[in-house]
Amino acid sequence: MAAGRGVAAEACVGQVVLPGDVLLLPTQPDEDGERLRLGASAAPRGRLLCGPGLRRCAAGLLVTKCGLLRHRQAGGGAAAGGAYWVDSQQKRYVPVKGDHVIGIVTAKAGDVFKLDVGGSEQASLSYLAFEGATKRNRPNVQVVGDIIYGQFLVANKDMEPEMVCIDSSGRSSGMGLIGQDGFLFKVSLGLIRKLLAPKCEIIQELSQLYPFELVLGMNGRIWVKAKTVQQTLIIVNILEACEYMTAEQRKQALAKLSGN
Amino acid sequence: MKATPLSNCERRFLLRAVEERKRLDGRQCYDYRNVRISFGADYGCCIVELGKTRVLAQVSCELVPPKPNRPTEGILFFNLELSPMAAPGFEPGRQSELLVKLNRLIERCLRNSKCIDTESLCVVAGEKVWQIRLDLHLLNHDGNIIDAASIAGIVALCHFRRPDVSVQGEEVTVYTPEERDPVPLSIHHMPICVSFAFFQQGTYLLVDPSEREERVMDGLLVIAMNKHHEICTIQSSGGIMLVKDQVLRCSKITAVKVAEITELIQKALENDQKVRKEGGKFGFAESIPNQKITTFKMESAAVDTNNVEEQAEEIITKADPPSEVFAKPILHTPGTAQIGEGIENSWGDLEESEREEAAEEEGESEAAAFECQKMETEDTSTMRETKKDEPIVLSDSEEEEVVILEPQELPKKTRTQTNLKQENTSKKAFNKRRRKKRAAH
Repeated sequence: MAAGRGVAAEACVGQVVLPGDVLLLPTQPDEDGERLRLGASAAPRGRLLCGPGLRRCAAGLLVTKCGLLRHRQAGGGAAAGGAYWVDSQQKRYVPVKGDHVIGIVTAKAGDVFKLDVGGSEQASLSYLAFEGATKRNRPNVQVVGDIIYGQFLVANKDMEPEMVCIDSSGRSSGMGLIGQDGFLFKVSLGLIRKLLAPKCEIIQELSQLYPFELVLGMNGRIWVKAKTVQQTLIIVNILEACEYMTAEQRKQALAKLSGN
Repeated sequence: MKATPLSNCERRFLLRAVEERKRLDGRQCYDYRNVRISFGADYGCCIVELGKTRVLAQVSCELVPPKPNRPTEGILFFNLELSPMAAPGFEPGRQSELLVKLNRLIERCLRNSKCIDTESLCVVAGEKVWQIRLDLHLLNHDGNIIDAASIAGIVALCHFRRPDVSVQGEEVTVYTPEERDPVPLSIHHMPICVSFAFFQQGTYLLVDPSEREERVMDGLLVIAMNKHHEICTIQSSGGIMLVKDQVLRCSKITAVKVAEITELIQKALENDQKVRKEGGKFGFAESIPNQKITTFKMESAAVDTNNVEEQAEEIITKADPPSEVFAKPILHTPGTAQIGEGIENSWGDLEESEREEAAEEEGESEAAAFECQKMETEDTSTMRETKKDEPIVLSDSEEEEVVILEPQELPKKTRTQTNLKQENTSKKAFNKRRRKKRAAH
């Protein structure tokens, strides 16, 4: 497409955008400087948050991933001025700072654990980055192959990613070593985001079937634990199939299962 | 890339599940996954899907001199490749243990069983024989590569057609597919591999292990058999101790499975044959289905077409009538005449006007905008015609200007034309704006 011209960002919300598309923001002057905008919308105050799949460029926002453009209206707080991002679908995970992921311990090197998080590099996790850990009181991660739920402290393309299992106030808030039982499997990143949305229907419907424990990692990994092997397998299969099922098909499948 | 390590909880869970006779995808212990066979457009090309494991097979042939110690036999060449797209742990160019093991199994299964008649591949004894080459590519690894590869191999060989050859005395003629129909290979029987995975020192056994199950298994037993219950190859790996009756039980299971799979292969080959004969569409594009992801499902948007008609009428009544058609020929020079005044192509204009409208008129309905555009191009052309007082340029293409040659006037014309073009564009743009404002009211 033409390099100079772009389309207004508001016009594209909810539509498919392709890499290379330029989205003009309302505060940007038109390319053709002769015209005056009569009744232009008020320029948004505050910072506009540029989310995943978008980059700032001279004219406005440059799309770098193909997917649907989403927008969140200006509210209070950091993203006053609204946020734009692209909902795209992929299976390969790229570490991002602040993401909560499930990692598999592959090695212990000195004072750090090396974890596989599904990215190009292994992440490092210090012994002391657990709640209540001191040099004497080490976490109980003994065996290679254990799984840990943590968040990224450092994740950029120049350095090896670093993970921690405590948040900024020093509390674990659910992170740390994940128990021995249960099952770990992988799905696409889009499904994880869908499951992590507040009031996700899939999880509500599943929780009416059997009680279970669930940990969702932004790197596409899910850990499930239910009372019996059979129940765990059912939940695993439903979550994997949710990718390709419509809502009605899912309701039918769950109705059949709860009838049994 | 390094393969993803297997976590302890997965291992424990899978072993517990095997003890309870449960499998990840809900199969029974002796169940196979779904086998899907699809053929490509060429003869000898097929893709076999065993669950999510996919193998592509391609057979090709070539006339070569035979091996010196076997002057009357054709040559068979088998090659299996693990594509890096199949699994993260596969790297190109690296001869891993798994690759060597799989290649040896395929060779033993297909070559040593003598399923292909190599004598029939001889054209001129001692000089020319057919070399049949089977290339297998693993496209996706979800366990049990050897079964999928053996099915793909034998199906591709059965599907393949080699060019027809006739020998008359010293002369050998190889016919092209257009001259004579290509001839299938002569295949005696179809050996198929069936894999068994063993757990807990041989206590539990699973047929057709998936990738997760393969990671936690103790040992693997592969039996290659044809539908006549003849065992072609048998191999046990992993160092497990198997008892005699276990092996016998496995061979009985193999017989059942091979019968089912052979039937499936026959049906698939017949179907493909029928489709080709009837002239229907064949090939991968037809047989491989589309999978849709419904994570981001967009509802179809309703377009409001209530007052489209009224708006359209409004615009039409306000528009200027189109220009008259000039039927009289205009004589430029002896031998060159022109009927009508061609409109300069407006593709360049359309782009500009479209962009301007998209930026400004978001509120208007699409239909109105479109009508505006059409009307504008008409207007600009009428205007240009009235302003022009020079010979008109006939132009079909965007890039080249077709100039009507008048010898003494040539240089002057090009200069004035460019000026005229510049003049026109600025006037056009200005008038476009004016017209747009009018239509909007």
